Parts: sequence; structure tokens; C-alpha cells
Amino acid sequence: MVAILKYNAGNITSVRYALQRLGFDSIITDEPEHLASASHVIFPGVGEAGSAMSYLKERKLDEVIKNLKQPVLGICLGLQLLCTHSEEADTIGLSVFPTIVRKFPDTDLVPHMGWNNLTAIHGSLLEGITTADNFYFVHSFYAEPCENTVGFCEYILPFSAVLQKDNFFATQFHPEKSGSVGEKILLNFLKNS
Amino acid sequence: MLKKRIIPCLDIKDGRTVKGVNFINLRDAGDPIALAKYYSQQGADELVFLDITASHENRKTLLHLVTQIAQNINIPFAVGGGITSVEDAQRVIQAGADKVSINSAAVKNPKLIKEIADVLGSQSVIVAIDIKQVENQWTVYINGGRVATHKEAVHWAREAEQLGAGEILLTSMNHDGSKSGFAYDITNLIAQAVNIPVIASGGAGTYQHFSKLFTNSKISAALAAGIFHDNEIQLTELKNYLQQNNIPIR
Repeated sequence: MVAILKYNAGNITSVRYALQRLGFDSIITDEPEHLASASHVIFPGVGEAGSAMSYLKERKLDEVIKNLKQPVLGICLGLQLLCTHSEEADTIGLSVFPTIVRKFPDTDLVPHMGWNNLTAIHGSLLEGITTADNFYFVHSFYAEPCENTVGFCEYILPFSAVLQKDNFFATQFHPEKSGSVGEKILLNFLKNS
Repeated sequence: MLKKRIIPCLDIKDGRTVKGVNFINLRDAGDPIALAKYYSQQGADELVFLDITASHENRKTLLHLVTQIAQNINIPFAVGGGITSVEDAQRVIQAGADKVSINSAAVKNPKLIKEIADVLGSQSVIVAIDIKQVENQWTVYINGGRVATHKEAVHWAREAEQLGAGEILLTSMNHDGSKSGFAYDITNLIAQAVNIPVIASGGAGTYQHFSKLFTNSKISAALAAGIFHDNEIQLTELKNYLQQNNIPIR
């Protein structure tokens, strides 16, 4: 069973529906034991970093997430909270990925909203994906490139669109809203055990 | 590179698409889910559903439909029509929509934009603006274009941005349905005046209209209804054409 982390972030049900379309059952939960016993954990989210992290800390979910041993996929805000620090509300992250989350400079439209392609690709999560494929992004903050960046994207500047380290995976875009290529990424993630 | 978006718009009444669509081999041409699936397979970048149901009791039908759409399509979609409070917006988002579109309600109560943005985030608030050019001035209209306001288009777009709008959906009533091209000048003017995405609507009739809209412009997206529903323009062909004309497109 796939567990989708429930917290105060919007549109979590979209992830559930996407898994449903792919034939996977999931539960939306914030119970540590459910998360620990799941085959895969998805850490989704559209929302604000500060209040999301407070919510996780109040329920001691920050420690739970960091210590998960099964495959974990952070999406959008989920990716940002897995980093060391976010400029959004000066938030300390879970430090899985050694990088900083910053606000886009407003030299172009912010948020970065719409379909964009990746400029460099490696790693198992992106198997079968090319630099011509486009994914749906909506975000005003970005993770700086680091040693765990396996997919780059360029908007205003190059940033981490996909991160991968041990059992932790993360995408800045929304695979659940990215058409068939997004589904491919969800399937790649679910293939891990 | 960030791509320009093409967004088909579907009018919904009592849970059904209003305009019959006869080009798809559908058993039921009024089924919004079948149509939504078809458009997403054809390469639509996003969809907008506009609920034109008049009565209040039919809101439940709409919410049920929103959930079904969310279950069935794998691209983002917005829902507009009849959203006059934060609670309305929350219900639509909780049912599975990614964005809400507000129009007259935002003009009558501009604070609504901020209230929704504070709760759901700016990225989920589209402020739809209907405008009409009268004596060289672009005036904002409400109630489906029936009532003129005292607001001027650029000024209102800026105000909406400041209040927390995530996108502007601009429809020129002078151009809507004309198939003679978009309102290029005013749409570009507004795209220059704000730092959020602007979606152009009204007037699309040919492939060239789309490429003109996107060439050397900050306009992020184009929305159209009739030309797609009547199959005058096929989405896949339109996207091929734009790609050949060096417009960044998915």
C-alpha cells in the first residue's frame, strides 16, 4: 500500500487519483505507523513552507519522514521541505538533500507556472524521459542545484527539478498533473522497493 | 524553456457540456468527462470549466463533476462560475480542481481575491476580466458582459495582481466570437503591466492568430472554446503549426 502524507497542504487528492489511474491503492494518512508500514511514501504538497513544517513538527512527523527506509517521493513543496533550508518563512528543512531553497528573482513572471522541460537527466526516476518531455510546474521558490540533482530545469536560472539520494526521490514539478510523462515517473518511483 | 499554454474552455450546465460537440465519436456529446479526456489526449495544456448553472442547488452536481474530472484527467484544470466566497472556492479545490476562476464576484468584492489567495495560495486564483472598448477606453464588464463598471482594464488587472491573483484571464468582448483574431494590443499592454501570467481569450479563428499572439509577447496562454468544439481548429495541428513557427509549445 502506498501512503500519501496528509498535512496542511492543498490538492493532495490529485496524487491519490493519479495512483488510482495507474492501478495502485493508496491511503492519505498522518499516522506514523501507517507511514512506516507503507511500501512507498509520497510527500506531496502545494502550500507555504513555514506552516507546513510547523504542522509536521507538532506531530513529530519530521523525524518520521527523515527515518523512512522505503522509497519516498517528495513533490513540489515536499521537495523543498526535504532540503536544508527555505527562504520561505525562513524555514529549516529536513536536510535530506544538502541544498537551499530560494525565491525566484522577479526578472520574469513569478510563479514559474506551466509546462517546462528538463535540461539534463540521469538517475532511475527519470528512466525513459528525454529533454524534450515537458512537466507541469507551479512554484515561486526553487532548490539550488546540488550533488543530488539528477534533473535540471531552467527558468530565470538553472535549478533542481529532480533530486535523488538513497531511498529519497523528489520532483519540483507535479507528476500527477504532467500527462503521460508524469505517469511514467510515478511508475518509475513505484518500481523501487 | 517554459511553454506557451493552449487551454480549451468547456461551458457546463447542470453537469453537462452546453454546446454539443459532434466531431468526436462520442456516445454522449454532452459528457464533459469524455470531452476533457479527449482534449487532454490531444495535447491541451490545461482546461477551464465554466459553470453557467443558474440555480444554487445544482452546485452539488458541479462538485460531483469536478471530482470525476480530477479522477479522469492527468493535466491541471480550473473551474469558474458561481464562486462568490472563500468557502465556494475551497469546495471546488477540495473536490479536485487546481484553480478557481472568479470574475464578477471579484469586481463586486475585490477583497475576495486576497481571501482566497491567503487560504489556497495565489497559484490557485485566476481573475477573469471581461473588457469592452468604448471610445478608446477598455472598460471592465460584469455579469456575463451585461453590466459596465467604472473600472479600466489595465488598472483592474494591476489591482487584482496586488490583491493576490495568480493569473489574469482576459476576454475582449469586442473580439469574442468574431474569429478575427485576439485583442493583441490591450492583452499585450496588460501582460506588460503585471508580473503574473496573462491568458488571452476571445477572437481566435486561425492558426496564425495564435502565433501572432505568442510572437514577441509576454502573454502566457490562449483560451478558446468554439473553434475547438466545432473542430475548426484541431489542437494537435495547432500545436504542430506553432512549433514550426518557433513558438515554445509542448
